[in-house]
Amino acid sequence: MAADRRERAARIKRILETSGDSVERNTLAFNRGRYETIDELDEYEALKDRAAAIKDDAIDRLPELIDEVTEAVEENGGTVYLAEDAADANDYVERIVREREAETVVKSKSMTTEEIDLADGIESTGADVWETDLGEFVLQIADDAPSHIVAPAIHRSREEIATLFNEYYDLEDPLETADELTAFARDVLSDAIENADVAVTGANFVTADTGTIALVTSEGNARKCVAVPETHVAVAGVEKVVPTVGDLRPFVELIGRSATGQSITSYVSLLTPPIDTPALPDDPGDRIADDPPDRDFHLVLLDNGRMAMRDDEQLRETLRCIRCSACLNSCANFQQVGGHAFGGETYSGGIATGWEAGVHGEDSAETFNDLCTGCSRCVNQCPVRIDVPWINTVVRNRIANGADRGRFDHLVRGLVPDEEAGGYPLQKRLFGNFESLAKLASATAPVSNWLVDLPGTRATLEYAFGVDRRRELPTFERESLVDWFEARGGEAASTKRANRARTPSLEHDRRAVLYPDVYTNYVRVERGKAAVRVLESLGVPVAVPDVPGSGRAPLSQGMIGTAQRQATAVVRALQSYAPAEYDVVVVEPSDLAMFRGEYEKLLPPAAFEALADRSYEILEYAYGLLENGADPDTLRTDGRRLAYHGHCQQRTLGLEPYTVSVLERAGHDVATSDVECCGMAGSFGYKREYYELSVAVGDRLRSQFVADGMADRTVVTSGTSCHEQLDALLERRPLHPVRVLDSH
Amino acid sequence: MTGTLERFEDAVRGATASTHRATPETIGSVLSELLVEPAVGAPPPFDDVSLADLPVSVATEPTRQQLLEASTGVTGAILGIASYGSVVLRSTADVDELVSLFPDRHVVLVRDRDVVDDMAAAFDDLVPLIADERADAIVATGPSATADMGALVYGVHGPTEVHVVVVRTDSHAADGTGGTG
Ligand code: SF4
Repeated sequence: MAADRRERAARIKRILETSGDSVERNTLAFNRGRYETIDELDEYEALKDRAAAIKDDAIDRLPELIDEVTEAVEENGGTVYLAEDAADANDYVERIVREREAETVVKSKSMTTEEIDLADGIESTGADVWETDLGEFVLQIADDAPSHIVAPAIHRSREEIATLFNEYYDLEDPLETADELTAFARDVLSDAIENADVAVTGANFVTADTGTIALVTSEGNARKCVAVPETHVAVAGVEKVVPTVGDLRPFVELIGRSATGQSITSYVSLLTPPIDTPALPDDPGDRIADDPPDRDFHLVLLDNGRMAMRDDEQLRETLRCIRCSACLNSCANFQQVGGHAFGGETYSGGIATGWEAGVHGEDSAETFNDLCTGCSRCVNQCPVRIDVPWINTVVRNRIANGADRGRFDHLVRGLVPDEEAGGYPLQKRLFGNFESLAKLASATAPVSNWLVDLPGTRATLEYAFGVDRRRELPTFERESLVDWFEARGGEAASTKRANRARTPSLEHDRRAVLYPDVYTNYVRVERGKAAVRVLESLGVPVAVPDVPGSGRAPLSQGMIGTAQRQATAVVRALQSYAPAEYDVVVVEPSDLAMFRGEYEKLLPPAAFEALADRSYEILEYAYGLLENGADPDTLRTDGRRLAYHGHCQQRTLGLEPYTVSVLERAGHDVATSDVECCGMAGSFGYKREYYELSVAVGDRLRSQFVADGMADRTVVTSGTSCHEQLDALLERRPLHPVRVLDSH
Repeated sequence: MTGTLERFEDAVRGATASTHRATPETIGSVLSELLVEPAVGAPPPFDDVSLADLPVSVATEPTRQQLLEASTGVTGAILGIASYGSVVLRSTADVDELVSLFPDRHVVLVRDRDVVDDMAAAFDDLVPLIADERADAIVATGPSATADMGALVYGVHGPTEVHVVVVRTDSHAADGTGGTG
């Protein structure tokens, strides 16, 4: 295991060094473009609902729609072939190429043909295959693999492409600029296209009612490939079928924005083949229109595991995916390394876990699945509302449950009362059972804190569990928040304090259960105390009962069974605090995200809704109190200059503005960061194999916070992970925003 | 509030194409300014304008060689979409698809009355066309483009320049030949 980790760390480091800059520049541009062009779209949320509903309906009725599209294409004069797997699809296309005695086959970009290695198959017939998309062409010459599902050569800089062309074509006049490179590639490829015998394209969408295929492109190569030769083969996964041609509209509006951040790509071809356009005659002097074309169209619909995905309750949602790449571009880890580290045999990014598990098998997903940290930044970006982190959690669970028992297993036994199979990987169990560790460490503090400083302890932790020794470990407090609260008089004393502070204008007479998440309870106890005092000063009585961990830690390690048990225990522990009287206030955003998000998958609907409806993030709650008459002057209002980094899940839930607003109403001056994630993401940054990546991600946040106008500001951040990461990256110590508001 | 036509022209320019206005009377002179010879063309999908009696010569029944050597392709669009600056091109049994795709410069005519507000309105027209006639159509926006070579470049396999000529066919429109962009 330790050797595997070292190897994985070295591989990631190499990719960071060789292609990190190119990947980062390009994905950030796509990401910015997406936010901008989505802003222009009034109906964005409604279009996403519509798109997801169309896909769900299509997946439900898939067998019936496949029959319908087959009928439609045949009526139009084409042929449909339903290919069971990669070999079957390859055989079929090779047969067409042989029958046509094709010498030159031109391809436009298609991930589905990558999935089945179709270019290799066609070459086995003796025909030349040309990738006519410029990015794919670069990879073909370089014998390289795509690193991004939309922009496949994103990891190569202009300089590298120039060197590649200059050497490959042995050019006397070396190419340099992007214009020169483009012109050169176009000339080479134009020759191929103009003399092509067969064209192979993908299809972004296929409509069952008319047999129409939609191709979303920008370079114009797909249009030319379809127009020039008489034979056209379109290869598409069965999930590309949508019921009607009218269903295309939301996708046409969403796909360019979600992909490269353009409101629409140069060309959206809506073709109902065989097309009527005359093919290009071979003879230069022949009039084009003289010869009515004898066009031949084949639609190859590929199963290759998709029908089984459809039957798999958890993987099924993956089939909605339109491969737009929004979940890649919005992912902080992906922005640093691209698809060569964060990708499997064919697909890349968070959703690749679903695709790879479905079409190539879980082994292919295993190599990169940990790079999805569950930060959830992609969730609101997906045009078909796929819960990408959840798919990663499920596949992580399946992979790990299938793994072998390790030789250090005895070290966590007894300590880790988890629900997962005995063979579940040790590192995942260690982080997944953080709560048990924290309890023990707090009970034995400060001895437990000294223990980790003993020679050899960090080496063992790194060797056995992969906890990187460069990370500072949390320092546990002897007195937990729950104990402190009891010692100062519990709920009764809190009620008195709150009533004393209460202003008559406050229109709110509920009580708050402050949820003592594991970190707030044992490690960052100060922020918990501040939260109690801030609630009281705003006039709300507080209770801090002993409630177990939310299950976030085990869930992030794919330990769904353990997480589910914890969720049930949380609900049980809160039962005596009647919903009619008590709200639940949460300090740690990732735990609030559990209550409002993942619990839907872990609990019965009524239990989930009851808790989700009465749960609030601490400053969201404070905002509500201020809106209902609480007095901001009871907060600490010393007009500080603050630099605020919101937590990933807090932003996904749309809660960041509340924190900013409360801080401002208390008279503070707030500037915010705009990076997607701090890079720590729970336990991710502690792991030996991901330490470098975590620090690389964090570096963007660091540079924002040391820039002019930011360097002098007090750093505030809501999440524990962000806190740890910022603490490590910056000279100055971060604070939870509630501490800035605590006048104690 | 600006009108649909103005929003269309703004969006076309935003998509890195130029806009021009003409009437059936002025189309000859507008096109003579925009065409770089040799030019090939396909008859537009409306009767208001004909490529036959232009002061410049446009080959409407080109050979393979004429198509591949042409500098300009002239075609007509069935729709303009104001919110995107897109034109909708047909790909019929004539040479329209080839002519709008191969030459470096594409000059595309669209009637003012065919410009619609948004994608929803465009689909209202496109759906019956595709469902009933099994027509092929391309929603084209600006020139062909790529970012695959390390920077944004216009002009890859499709045209490098796109010039959109709005043909005003309603009775009170007659504001001449002025190009805007
Ligand atoms: S999962 Fe969603 S965001 Fe990611 S590529 Fe698929 S459609 Fe796009």
